Amino acid sequence: MSDTRIDRRFAALQAANRPALVTFVTAGDPDLATSQAILDALPAAGADVIELGMPFSDPMAEGMPVQLANQRALAAGQTMDKTLDMVRAFRRHDQDTPIVLMGYYNPIYVRDPAVFVKMAVEAGVDGLIIVDIPPEADDELCLPAMAAGLNFIRLTTPTTDDKRLPAVLANTSGFVYYVSVTGITGATIANRDRVTEAVRRIKRHTSLPVAVGFGVKTAEDAEVIGRDADGVVVGSVLVEAVRTSLGGEGRATDATVEAVASVVRSLAEGVARARG
Amino acid sequence: MTIQQNTFRSGPDERGHFGIFGGRYVAETLMPLILDLEQAYKDAKADPAFQAEIDNLNTHYTGRPSPLYFAERLTAELGGAKIYFKRDELNHTGSHKINNCLGQILLARRMGKTRIIAETGAGQHGVATATVCARFGLPCVVYMGATDVERQKPNVFRMKLLGAEIVPVTAGAGTLKDAMNEALRDWVTNVADTYYLIGTAAGPHPYPEMVRDFQSVIGTETREQILQAEGRLPDALVAAVGGGSNAIGLFHPFLDDPQVAIYGVEAGGKGLEGEEHCASLNAGKPGVLHGNRTYLLQDDDGQILEGHSISAGLDYPGIGPEHSWLRDTGRVTYVPATDNEAMEAFQLLTRVEGIIPALEPAHALAQVMKLAPTMYKDQIIVMNLCGRGDKDVFTVGKLLGFDL
Repeated sequence: MSDTRIDRRFAALQAANRPALVTFVTAGDPDLATSQAILDALPAAGADVIELGMPFSDPMAEGMPVQLANQRALAAGQTMDKTLDMVRAFRRHDQDTPIVLMGYYNPIYVRDPAVFVKMAVEAGVDGLIIVDIPPEADDELCLPAMAAGLNFIRLTTPTTDDKRLPAVLANTSGFVYYVSVTGITGATIANRDRVTEAVRRIKRHTSLPVAVGFGVKTAEDAEVIGRDADGVVVGSVLVEAVRTSLGGEGRATDATVEAVASVVRSLAEGVARARG
Repeated sequence: MTIQQNTFRSGPDERGHFGIFGGRYVAETLMPLILDLEQAYKDAKADPAFQAEIDNLNTHYTGRPSPLYFAERLTAELGGAKIYFKRDELNHTGSHKINNCLGQILLARRMGKTRIIAETGAGQHGVATATVCARFGLPCVVYMGATDVERQKPNVFRMKLLGAEIVPVTAGAGTLKDAMNEALRDWVTNVADTYYLIGTAAGPHPYPEMVRDFQSVIGTETREQILQAEGRLPDALVAAVGGGSNAIGLFHPFLDDPQVAIYGVEAGGKGLEGEEHCASLNAGKPGVLHGNRTYLLQDDDGQILEGHSISAGLDYPGIGPEHSWLRDTGRVTYVPATDNEAMEAFQLLTRVEGIIPALEPAHALAQVMKLAPTMYKDQIIVMNLCGRGDKDVFTVGKLLGFDL
C-alpha cells in the first residue's frame, strides 16, 4: 500500500472522525492570477482535498456552471502547462493539502500520457480523475499514473452495479468518488437516502474512503452527506461564486477570491457538523 | 488486436478498436449502458426476425433498393470515366440517414427503451430520427446547434411537424459537436428509459460498427447493381465524409477488392491552409472525443477546434474511427473539396442531370469532377448521392445572390 498525501489526509480525518471537504475549482478561471489566488486560499477556508479542473473545450459530463468555467479559463488563455505551474506555485507554501487534477483525456493524450504523468508528479500533483477513460482502458493512463506514484481516482455511479463495481475499483486508489446522481455536475440530489445506501454498498467492496459529489450545494447538504461519506465534493457552487463575482467584461474583481473562500468556509462548517 | 491481416473487413475487435482507433471513452455512468447496447446488438444480429423486419421496412417504407443511375450527360460533360450515382437521395426522408435510423429504432424497441434522443447537424439525421419515432410512436428529442437551426430552417420545421422536440444548443459555435455534447449530457441524465440514436459511424463502440452495418446496405446493393449493369466492379468509389456514415456504408463491402480505388471527400471549407475547414483526416491528428479515438481538429494543447463548412452535415471536427484506420492503412484515400468546389458541383449536377444534390454529396461530386477526366472512358466511378438538396436551396440561394 502506497502512502500518498491523499492517503495521509484521509487517515488523519478519519482519526478525527470528520469527513473531508473536497473542493473543485477550474484552473485559470477567471484568469490565471485570480485562479492561483483562489487555489492558494482554499486550505485556510477549510478545503481538505483540492480538485483542480483542467479546462477542456468539450466537457461532456459538466452542467452549465462548470461548462462556463471551462470557457472562461480557455478564453483567458489557460493551458496544461499553466495548470501544472499553478500546482507548482501552490506546493511552495503547502506541502500537505492533496491536489487532484480532474478533467478529460484528450489534453493528456495529445502530449503522451507517460510524459504528462511525469510532469504532473514533478509539479506536485497527487492524483487524477479523468472522466472519460473507463477501467477497460486502464493500460493507457491509469496504470502508468499509478506506477509513477499518483493516485487514480475512479468515478462510480448509480449505474455501476455490484457486478461491475469490482472491475471499477480494481485499479482505484486514494479514494472512490461516488457520483450521487445519473446526470451532469450541478444536478440536484433527489434522494439522500439512496446516496447513503450507495455509499454503504461501495464500502462493502473496498476499504478506500468514499467521497460523494455531483449535487452538493449547501452546508446542510454537506452535513447530511458527510454523515456516511468519507468526503463531500463541491464544485458547481464554487465556480458559480466565481461567475457572480465578476465585473464588467467578465473580469475578476476584488471580491472574487473572497466570494469562493466564503462559500468554502460555510461548507466546511457543514462538514464539521456532520458527525457532531 | 484480432483484426486479420488479409482483410479490411473484420474490424472492430472485441474492445471496439480499429487499429488504435475507436474504443469506448465515456463516463462511467454510460459504460453499463454501452455494454448493454453491445449485447443487445449482438443478440439482434443473430436473430433472423430482426434482419427480416429491417429488410421489410427498407423495401416498403424507405423504397430500397435505391437505383444505381448512369449519369450519361455528366459523363459526356467531364469526358472521362463512366459515372454512376447510387441514388440514396431518393430514399424516404431524402438521404441515407433513414437506413441507420430504422435499424436503431428497432433495436431501441427490442431493448424496451421509451424515449429517443439524437443529435443533428444538417438536420437530415434529425429528420430521419423524428420520422422513425413518428412511425413507431416514440417521443423524440433532437439536439441541434443554434447556428445549424438557423441555416437549416426547412429541416427544423419538418422535425417539428413530425412531432420532435428541437433543442437548440448555444454552447461553442453551436454546430454538430456541441449538439453531440448536449445529447450525451441528456443520455447520462436519463439512463433508464432513453436510447441515444447516434447518426454517424462514430461515438463509443458499438456505434461505429452498428451504424456501418445498417448503412452497408448501400454498398451491398451497389455491388449487385454494378455487376448487373457492367458485369464488373467499379474502378473507383467516391463519397463525402463528415462523420462518415454514408461513405463507410458504400465502401465497406468493397474494402477487400484491391482493384477498386476508394476516395473519401472531406469538407475543405475555405482551404486547408487556414482553420476554416473540417478536414480532420487531412489536417487533424489522433485524439479522443465523443467516446472514440479518431482524427480530430485540435490545437497543440488538445482543445478541439471548431470546423467550418458550407455544409452543416460535414461541419464536425472528428470522423468515424474506421475511416481513421482506413486512412492510416492507406486503403482509402481522403481528399478535401472546398466550399467553392462544392458549390460549382452543386450547380453542374443540377443543370446537366436535373438532380439537385445536397451540399454534402456535392463535395463528393467535386472530387468526381477532378477524377473522371483523368480516367479512361471504359472505366467506372460510382459516387454515393447520399442526400437531396431541397434543404440547401436557401443557403445556395443566398450565396448566389438570390433573395428567397
